[in-house]
Amino acid sequence: MIAPSSQPPLSLAHLPGRLGRVSGAGPRRVTHHPFLLPAVSQASLLRLHHRFRALDRNKKGYLSRMDLQQIGALAVNPLGDRIIESFFPDGSQQVDFPGFVRVLAHFRPVEDEDTETQDPKKPEPLNSRRNKLHYAFQLYDLDRDGKISRHEMLQVLRLMVGVQVTEEQLENIADRTVQEADEDGDGAVSFVEFTKSLEKMDVEQKMSIRILK
Amino acid sequence: MALQMLVTFSPWNCLLLLVALECSEASSDLNESANSTAQYAPNAWFAAASSEPDERISVFELDYDYVQIPYEVTLWILLASLAKIGFHLYRRLPGLMPESCLLILVGALVGGIIFGTDHKSPPVMDSSIYFLYLLPPIVLEGGYFMPTRPFFENIGSILWWAVLGALINALGIGLSLYFICQVKAFGLGDVNLLQNLLFGSLISAVDPVAVLAVFEEARVNEQLYMMIFGEALLNDGITVVLYNMLIAFTKMHKFEDIEPVDILAGCARFVIVGLGGVLFGIVFGFISAFITRFTQNISAIEPLIVFMFSYLSYLAAETLYLSGILAITACAVTMKKYVEENVSQTSYTTIKYFMKMLSSVSETLIFIFMGVSTVGKNHEWNWAFICFTLAFCQIWRAISVFALFYISNQFRTFPFSIKDQCIIFYSGVRGAGSFSLAFLLPLSLFPRKKMFVTATLVVIYFTVFIQGITIGPLVRYLDVKKTNKKESINEELHIRLMDHLKAGIEDVCGHWSHYQVRDKFKKFDHRYLRKILIRKNLPKSSIVSLYKKLEMKQAIEMVETGILSSTAFSIPHQAQRIQGIKRLSPEDVESIRDILTSNMYQVRQRTLSYNKYNLKPQTSEKQAKEILIRRQNTLRQSMRKGHSLPWGKPAGTKNVRYLSFPYGNPQSAGRDTRAAEFSDDDSSDPGSPSIMFSALSRIGSLQKQEAQEIIPMKSLHRGRKAFSSGYQRNTSQEEYLGGVRRVALRPKPLFHAVDEEGESGGESEGKASLVEVQSRWTADRGHSRDHNRSHSPLLQKK
Repeated sequence: MIAPSSQPPLSLAHLPGRLGRVSGAGPRRVTHHPFLLPAVSQASLLRLHHRFRALDRNKKGYLSRMDLQQIGALAVNPLGDRIIESFFPDGSQQVDFPGFVRVLAHFRPVEDEDTETQDPKKPEPLNSRRNKLHYAFQLYDLDRDGKISRHEMLQVLRLMVGVQVTEEQLENIADRTVQEADEDGDGAVSFVEFTKSLEKMDVEQKMSIRILK
Repeated sequence: MALQMLVTFSPWNCLLLLVALECSEASSDLNESANSTAQYAPNAWFAAASSEPDERISVFELDYDYVQIPYEVTLWILLASLAKIGFHLYRRLPGLMPESCLLILVGALVGGIIFGTDHKSPPVMDSSIYFLYLLPPIVLEGGYFMPTRPFFENIGSILWWAVLGALINALGIGLSLYFICQVKAFGLGDVNLLQNLLFGSLISAVDPVAVLAVFEEARVNEQLYMMIFGEALLNDGITVVLYNMLIAFTKMHKFEDIEPVDILAGCARFVIVGLGGVLFGIVFGFISAFITRFTQNISAIEPLIVFMFSYLSYLAAETLYLSGILAITACAVTMKKYVEENVSQTSYTTIKYFMKMLSSVSETLIFIFMGVSTVGKNHEWNWAFICFTLAFCQIWRAISVFALFYISNQFRTFPFSIKDQCIIFYSGVRGAGSFSLAFLLPLSLFPRKKMFVTATLVVIYFTVFIQGITIGPLVRYLDVKKTNKKESINEELHIRLMDHLKAGIEDVCGHWSHYQVRDKFKKFDHRYLRKILIRKNLPKSSIVSLYKKLEMKQAIEMVETGILSSTAFSIPHQAQRIQGIKRLSPEDVESIRDILTSNMYQVRQRTLSYNKYNLKPQTSEKQAKEILIRRQNTLRQSMRKGHSLPWGKPAGTKNVRYLSFPYGNPQSAGRDTRAAEFSDDDSSDPGSPSIMFSALSRIGSLQKQEAQEIIPMKSLHRGRKAFSSGYQRNTSQEEYLGGVRRVALRPKPLFHAVDEEGESGGESEGKASLVEVQSRWTADRGHSRDHNRSHSPLLQKK
C-alpha cells in the first residue's frame, strides 16, 4: 500500500492497538521508522494515516500535488499553492506518508513538558518554535537562499492583499516590511532577522493545531 | 391610523365581541374586562346604523373592520422591519445588543400605542395560532441552518447538556419556587407543586442564539458555538414536551394524588415523545429528499416541497402527540444535505431566504404580542415570586452548566474551559418561547396566571437587555488579547500569514471525527443513500451558467479596470528595483499599516457565521473569487511565457495538448460566450474558469504561437452538441506535471468539496458560499479524471 521511497517506509506494526491493525487496501509493509513517533502522538498518527489514505484517491501510496489540490478549502486560501508546495521539498513530485507527517508535525502544539525535558543531544523536535518559524520562513523564501528578498516579500503581499490595493502601495509596504526587519542592511530578511522580528509573537500558539496533539 | 381609530371607535367594540368569540379561552381573559363594558353600546349603535338604510349611495366609504386584522398585523411587521433597518444602519448597534432587544422595544412601542389609544381588540395570540403557525417556522429555521458536521461530532455533549440541562433547570427552578411558595409571608400558598414545576419548565426555555451575533467577532471556538447552537435547537423541543406533559398531569390530577406509576409513565412518555418525533422527522426528511430528486423540470415547486414536507412532519407528529418540534428539526437536518444538492441554485437561495423571512416574521409577531401584553393592566406583581424567579434562573443555570460540563469534560478530548462555561452560562437569555408558553397557560388550571406572565416578562426583559448588552464586553474581556499595542507591519503581515497557514494546514488535516459510527454512517450514506436520494446526471444548467456568468463578468471587470493587467503580475526577475530602500515617514507608515489591515484577506472562518435574523453577507465569496481568479491568471501567465512556475517546476508544455475552445477565432468568441450560457446539457466535469480564461485571453489579445490553448473545464460534450465539438482532448499529458492539469484541475477542488466530504470524512463547512455553490455539484467528480482519459475516443475536432 505504501510504495517504497528513498526514505525508510512507515512502520505501524509496533504501535499498539488499533494502529497496528490499520486496515488498508492491501498488505501492510512493516519496517521501522522510529523518527515519526515523537513527531506526533499515536492517536494523531492513526488519524493522519486515515487522512492520507482518503486523500490518496487512486491508492497509489503517495500523494501528488493534484491530490492535495483536491482539498477545496485550499483553493480559496491565498497561500494554498505555497502550502501544497511545502509538502514537496527539493522538487520531488510525490510525498509519502512520512513526508506528509513530517510537514504536519510542525503544527503539533508545544507541550510544556517538551521544553523541560529537552535532551540537548537529540534533534530538536519538529514543533519547536524555531522549526515552526523556519517552516513559515520557507513559505516566503521560495528560492531557498536563506533570505527573504524584497521581491519575495512583494509576492507574498500580492497573494494576501485584495485587488484594490495598487501596485505602488504594495511596493511601499514591501519596502517598509523589509526595512523594518532588516538589520544588517543587505536589503533582505535573513532567518535570524525574521525570528527576531517575531520574538514578541506567540508563534507556538499561532502555528499549532489542536487536533494534532 | 390614529385618526381612524378615533373615528371608528365604536365598530371596534362590536369587533371586540367577534374576536372574543373566536379566540380560545387563553385569550378571552384578556378581553374580558373590555367585554362587559362594551356590551350594550354596540346594540344601540347597530340600531342607529340600521336606521339609515339605503337613502343615498355614498361615494366614499370606509370599512376598516374588514381589513383590520391583516392590516394591523402587516403594519406591525412593517414597523419591526423599519426598526431593523434603522438598527443595522448604525454599524455599532448590532455589536452592542442583540436584535431581540430591538424587537422587544418595538413590541413594547406597539403595545404602548395600542394601550394608549384604548384599542382593545388587537389580534391576540392563542394556543392554536402559536403552535400551528408561529412556532414551526422558527424551529425549522434553527434546524435548517445548523451546521451538521460539528453538531454530530459533538452530539454526545450537546445531548447531555441540552436534555439534562433543561431538565435540571426546569425541575430545580420549579422545586425551589415551590419551597418559596410554602412560605406564608409571600402570599403564594395557592400555587401548588405542579404549577411551579410547569412554570419552571417554561421559564427554562432559553434562546441563546439571539446573543450569538453579539460576540461573533471574538473568535469563539467551534465547539462552544456548537454547544450554544445545539442547546438552542433542542431546548425548545424539550421544554415544550415537558410543558405538555405537565399540563396533562395537571389536568389529570387536580387533586394531587399522583402515584409513582404516573411519574414513571411520564418519564417513559417523555422519552417516547422525543424519540418518536425525531423518527418522524427523519422519515419525512428522506421522503422529501427523494422527491426533490425528480423535480428538475419544475424547479419552481422545490421550495414548496421542502416547506410542505417539513410542516407536514410537524403536523403529523403533533397528531400523535409526539414532539412536533423535534420532528421538524430532524426533518430539516436530514433533508438539508440531499436537498441542497438536488435543487437548483435559485430554489436553494429561495429556500434559505424564505426560511429566514418566515422565522423572522414569526418572532416579530411574538415579540409584538409580548409588548402588547407588557403594556397593559393585566399584571400581578408579586415581589417575592418575581425576585426569586430571577435569582433561581441564574442560580440553577450556573449549577447546571458547571456541574454538567464538569462531568462531560471527563469524556471529551477537548474539554471546555472555565471561560467557555462562563460564556455558556451567561448566554442563557430567554426569548419568545418562554413568553408564548406562559401566555398560553390555561387560566382554568392556573388561577394565578397573571403572576406567571408578569414574572416571565420580567425575566425576559432582564435577560435580554442586561445580559444581552453585557455579554459582548464580557466575551471580549475574557478573550482579551495580550498585547494591545499596535503591532508593527511585519508582525501584522506575519500574523496574517500564519493564520492563513494554520487554516490551510487544518484543511489538509481534515476534520477528524471521534466516532467510528460517524465514519460508518458516511460510508453507508455514500454507498446507498446518495444513490437513492440524489439526482443522477445533475444538469447543472443554471448552476453552471450562473457560475460562469459570475466568473466571466468579474474577470471582465477586473481586466477592464486594469487590475489584472499583465504588469500587475510580472514574472519574477523583471521587477527588481535597483534603487535603495526609501526611508518612510511615520505618517506613511501609519497609512501603510492602515492599508494593510483593511485590505488583507480574511482568514477563512471556521465557525459558521450564523445570524438569526439575517443571512450573512457575501464578502467572503468575493474574496474567494479574487483569490481564484488571481491564481488562475498567474498560472496562465507563467505558462504562457514558458517560465517555470514560481516554485521551480519546469512547465511541461511540450507534450501537453490542452483542451481548448476553438481558439484564435474571433467570431467564436461570441459564440462561445453564448454557448456557455446555453449549456443546458449535463456534464460531469466542472466547468467555468475555462470560459474566464478564454475571455481573458481574447481580451488580452494573445496571439501566441505555442500551445496557449485554454482548458475548458466544462466539457459540454460527450459528443452531444455541436458547439461542444470544439474541444480537443488531452491525451498525452502526464499526470502530475503539467500546468495544464494543474490549471485544469485547479478549480476542481471546489467541486470536489462534496466528494471530499464523502470520502475523507472531512467537510469544509463554514466556507464561503462560493463553495456552497460548488459543493452542490454532483459527487461523482473523483472519477472525472478517469473520464477524461477514457473519453479520448470521443474527441471531436472542430
